[in-house]
This record gives sequence, structure tokens and C-alpha cells, in this order.
Amino acid sequence: MQSKTKVLDPILEINNLFASTEDLPILKGVTISINPGEIHAIMGRNGCGKSTLSKIIAGHPSYKITKGEIKFYGQNIQSLEPEERAQSGIFLGFQYPIEIPGVSNLEFLRVATNARRKFLKKEELDTFDFEDLVKEKLDLVKMDSAFLSRSINQGFSGGEKKRNEILQMALLEPKIAILDETDSGLDIDALRIVASGIKKISNKQTGIILITHYQRLLDEIRPDYVHVMSDGQIIKTGESDLALELEKHGYEWTDNFLKNI
Amino acid sequence: MVSENLVKDVVSEPYKYGFVTDIETEKISKGLNEDTIRLISAKKEEPEYLLNFRLDAFKKWQKMEEPNWADLGYKDIDYQDIIYYSAPKQKEKISSLNEVDPKLLETFDKLGIPLTEQKKLTNVAVDAVFDSVSIATTFRKELAEHGVIFCSISEAIKDYSDLIEKYLGSVVPANDNYFAALNSAVFSDGSFVYIPKGVICPMDLSSYFRINSGDSGQFERTLIIAEESSSVSYLEGCTAPMFDTNTLHAAVVELIALDDASIKYSTVQNWYAGNEDGIGGIFNFVTKRGKCLGKRSKISWSQVETGSAITWKYPSCLLLGEESVGEFYSVALTNNLQQADTGTKMIHIGPKTKSTIVSKGISAGNSVNSYRGLVKMGSKAVGSRNYSQCDSMLIGDQAAANTFPYIQSQQPNSEIEHEASTCRISEDQLFYLQSRGIEFEEAVSMMVSGFCRDVFNQLPMEFAAEADKLLALKLEGSVG
Repeated sequence: MQSKTKVLDPILEINNLFASTEDLPILKGVTISINPGEIHAIMGRNGCGKSTLSKIIAGHPSYKITKGEIKFYGQNIQSLEPEERAQSGIFLGFQYPIEIPGVSNLEFLRVATNARRKFLKKEELDTFDFEDLVKEKLDLVKMDSAFLSRSINQGFSGGEKKRNEILQMALLEPKIAILDETDSGLDIDALRIVASGIKKISNKQTGIILITHYQRLLDEIRPDYVHVMSDGQIIKTGESDLALELEKHGYEWTDNFLKNI
Repeated sequence: MVSENLVKDVVSEPYKYGFVTDIETEKISKGLNEDTIRLISAKKEEPEYLLNFRLDAFKKWQKMEEPNWADLGYKDIDYQDIIYYSAPKQKEKISSLNEVDPKLLETFDKLGIPLTEQKKLTNVAVDAVFDSVSIATTFRKELAEHGVIFCSISEAIKDYSDLIEKYLGSVVPANDNYFAALNSAVFSDGSFVYIPKGVICPMDLSSYFRINSGDSGQFERTLIIAEESSSVSYLEGCTAPMFDTNTLHAAVVELIALDDASIKYSTVQNWYAGNEDGIGGIFNFVTKRGKCLGKRSKISWSQVETGSAITWKYPSCLLLGEESVGEFYSVALTNNLQQADTGTKMIHIGPKTKSTIVSKGISAGNSVNSYRGLVKMGSKAVGSRNYSQCDSMLIGDQAAANTFPYIQSQQPNSEIEHEASTCRISEDQLFYLQSRGIEFEEAVSMMVSGFCRDVFNQLPMEFAAEADKLLALKLEGSVG
């Protein structure tokens, strides 16, 4: 794959990654490299391994890497716990954010933010300083502060859950964000809010992976690269116009690429 | 999956109250008969009415059988192999704290309950009970200015015999149950509280029970009387050293609330629970009951039960007065091989009485945690209401949780509502928190605190913080 900014070291490098869950192979040799400032889109049918890839990067315990490696700033992260990966700057925006009854969203966000700050050797924030920070970030995703006093994601609408994910991303300031179908279940307005939030958070130092089925998110956030995944492999990589072609022809069109591999 | 390994990788937090105070004690010989009871009563220089109360209870106890209906399994208790009176040797009469053995003061210091004038807690009066005797009660003078009596029950028996004769055994009669009868026969010390008419007790009152010797039982007795329009908040804490034998603790607590009076009784129970193989630990058989005698009176129990090898405990309310209110808020946490059978009884007798039950059981390790509760609407309880909510949380795949609600109604114009749920800390929830940089242990502790929030909100503030920490400690490394 050609990179526009060859001088920089990649943030994330995935080399020939094979992974399985309960002995069922899901990933069958994925290779991808994300440089600072790049936005990559990964598209593909349901069940092709997109979500699995994102969970493996974040360290989900249900998946086992059987071959290959994931490097974050050149360091193999396979032995790191999910919390260590998060603290060092890997962020996964969940396709289905989890509800956790009884745990206040505000407290959760504060503990998470401080865990990241601690890693960055920044001073941890007390309740008051944190509230100032979180209010500022709430504006990015146009969320009401009432969300903060509720339990994590409990009773949130689909759109609210996704905005809460972006709020977390804004607070954690990750080096790489993998956003798994953050656009699914969003209406046009919510999609714009989420997309503009993502754009504001990302900068020349961060990398973003957008996992999506739809062109409409990519209209808002133009990717540098588009990868098409099928049956646990990346079968085609192109620039942003690849997504448009996919939209036009559907995934069946990509089956031909698979035959050619 | 990863969590299974973590369950196996149990690194239990050492029990930090497990030390033994090396102090000379006066113990009577093991065994229980009429002479034992006479001896205890003589040592305490009790009036005759009390000796008779004890002997009568002993006769009843001898005819009773140990209950076996609870979901508990333990080896038989040999009642003749227990020492029924054990007291640290002290001067005959102690007139001030300065005369208390420094070792005892040091013990309570270590437990976080400083008693001396300079160090004592400023917002709460403490009665410190060590094995069979009360060591000291702080703020007595200040409380007396408000007419509040706060002293050991032994003193009350001598100094306030009219109140004792009137109320002792009036809520929990000697023949109420096997362990209450045993307690009535041999109880050694405990706290006595009297709040006069119209007085809002100016500070929280607290008893701290410490078991120190391994071979003697602790049988404390607490009596709290709240006269008309008075109110009090009372806290109870308990710890014990780590012994590889089991120690019997059979307490009785009686509360009486008259018209418009309110009593809030909070417990953080952290008796030694035994080790991870189930060796040692306290057998905790406790009868706690409150009588809402007066109109619009209110009794509220809140408890955080984390210790003991065996817990058998059902703080209850008898709702006699019209519009009286009973509450029970409970968090019971069991780990390793602990067994808890705990809950409440809400007996609605008077009209328009109300009760609320919120029980949260958390079972980890190989433990068994049961909620057992009775809600009864008597024939005169017109317009009475109960709401019960019993939630269980399972941690790991070896723990058990049970809910045994008993509902009896003789009054069609009353309402009983019962909700129950069981959940398991899911791997997805844990992963979600971890994927935001939150450590595994902290993630679990956040979820457990969240689960218990409804109950913690009912605890006095400093207690709530302590309870939160305690649960986190108890669960350390045990979760998956």
C-alpha cells in the first residue's frame, strides 16, 4: 500500500493477522497500516470480520490471535490488557455500546479520562475540573449535560449511545480510533453531528479507521483509503472513489476480486 | 476465556482486622448449665429479676431445637465447648478512660475507632464492646445534657431497671427462637439507648463489637427505645481475629419506636469470614427486630453484610402503630465458601402501614447467598402496602444465589409488590469499561457499587464510603 506521508512511522501496523474465536477462524491474513493523520474506511458484508478486527485491536478476550501481529508505534501489543491498550491511546467506538446499570456516566467518563491522563503523565482531574472539561466536549457532540447523570448508556436511544461513544473519544484523545459502524442507526442529523465531532477530534497525529456499510458517512468524512473486506481478508484497497463504486455495484462486485486472489 | 482464569487466580485481600490483642483475660470454664448462668449474672452483679429472666430463657432453650430450615450447611455446634464469659482483666471500677488498659485503647485505635478524648471521632458517640464487656462509651455527658442515655446494657440493667424490665424481651421474647433463647440466657454486654420524648439525638450513636478470644462466644444484646417524636441514627460495626476455629456469635437487638419516633439502624458486618478453604470464621446467628409501637413511627434497617462464615439474620419490623413504616435495605456479599441466609420480616398489623424491602445479594467464589423474607398483612392492616425488590448478582460460575420470598395476606385491602432479578457481571460490560482504560478490578468494583447504589444511598455518609471500600476489598481478585 502506498502512503502519502512516507516519512512518518505508522501508528498501527497489522501484519498477516489470523484470529479465531472458539476455534472458528475469523481473520485469515489481514494486513493494514495506518499513518498519522490518515483516515481509513473498511467496508464489507456482515460477518466478513470487520467487527472482529476492531475488537482484536482493542484486546477483546474472546478472540485468539493464531498468526501475525499487531503493532502500535512499532510495539507488539498482543500481550497488553484491553485497559493498557486504551490507556496508551487505542480507542474502539462500539457498534453496540454496552449498557451498565447503576454506574453513572459522569463517574465512568472521569475514571476513564484519568486513566488515560495518568498514562500520559498528566495531572488527574478532580470532579470540578473534570466537569469543566466534559461540558466543553459535550458541545462537540451536541449532548445535554443530563446524559452525564444517567447510568452508562442505560435507556439511551441508538443515536445517544453513538454520541456518547464520540464523547468518550473526545475525552480520551486517542492516537488511533476504530469506529465500528458508528453511523448505523443514526438519522441524517445525528450522523452529521457524529461526523463533525469525529472531524474536530482528529488531527495530523491521529489515525482513524471507519468501519461502515454506507457511503453517507464517507460523504461527511472523506477517507484517504478504502479497504474492502471479505471472508477475513482485505481483498481490495483503493482511494475514496472505491467506496462510490461499491455503492454503485454492491458487494457482489467485489466477489470477483476474491476470485482473483 | 480470560475471565475464567481470573476467577481461578484468586488473590484474596488479607483480612485486615485479623489481629489478636494479647491481653490478660478473665474467662469462666467452658460449658453451659444453670450454674454458668448464675455465675455470669453474679459477675455482672445483676438484680434478681434479670437472673430470673436468664434462667427462664435457659429452661426454654433446653427444650428447643436448633433450626435447620435455612439454606446453610455447617458442622454441629457443641454448646458445651464454648466459653460464655470472657473479659479483659481490668480494675474493678473504671471511672475514666485513663484507667482503661492501653492495650484495649490501642486495639480500638487499630480498628479505626479511637476512644480517647483527644482522638475520639467527633461526630459519633461510640460504645466499644470487647468480647463480653463494654470498654467505654464516648460523649456520655454531652448526650446526657439532651436526656439521651447511651451506655452499656450492663449499666442500664443496674441504673435503669424500670426501662429494662419494661422493654427487655418485649420485642424478641426469650422463646422466640433457639438463638434468641440462648442469648437471653447468657448475654454478656451490649448497648442501651434511650431517647426521651421530642429529642432528636444530636449525633449518631454507634457500637463497635470486637471478638478477641477464639474459644468464647459473643452474645451481645442491644436495646434501643425511642420515645414519642424522637429520632436516632445508630451504627453498628463488628470485626474479629482470624482463628482456624469457628466462633459463635448470637446477638439480639430490640428496637422500640413510639408515636412519631424514628430509628435508623445501620450495620456494617465484617466478622472474620474464614479462609478460602472455608476454615475458621464466625457463625453469626442474630435476631434483630424492631417494634413500631406508635402511630407514624418508623424503623429503618440498613445492613452491609460482608463477613462471617455463616450468616443467619433477618432484621424485622413489627408494624403495630397506624401508618407506621418499616424499611430494610441490605447488601450481602459472599465470597469463597461463605454462606449467608439473610432477609427480613415485615409484619403489618396496624392499618395503613408501609414497608419497603431492597435486598442486593452478591455471590462470588463458591459461596451461597440466599434472601429469605416474609411479608405478612394481618387482618387489620387495611390500606397497608409493601414493596420488595430482591436483586442478585453472580460473579464467576461457581456461586449460588437464592431468593425465598414468603407472602401471607389476611387483608384484601392491602398491596404487596415483589420484584426480583438475577444478573451476572457480563464479559461484555467488563470489556467495555476496560476498553476505556479502566482496570479490571476497578471495573468490577464500579459495577458492584452501581448494583448496590440503592442501598448505599440509605447508609450514613461515612458508612457508605466505608461499605464501598469494603466490598471492593472483599472482591479483590475474585472476579471473572
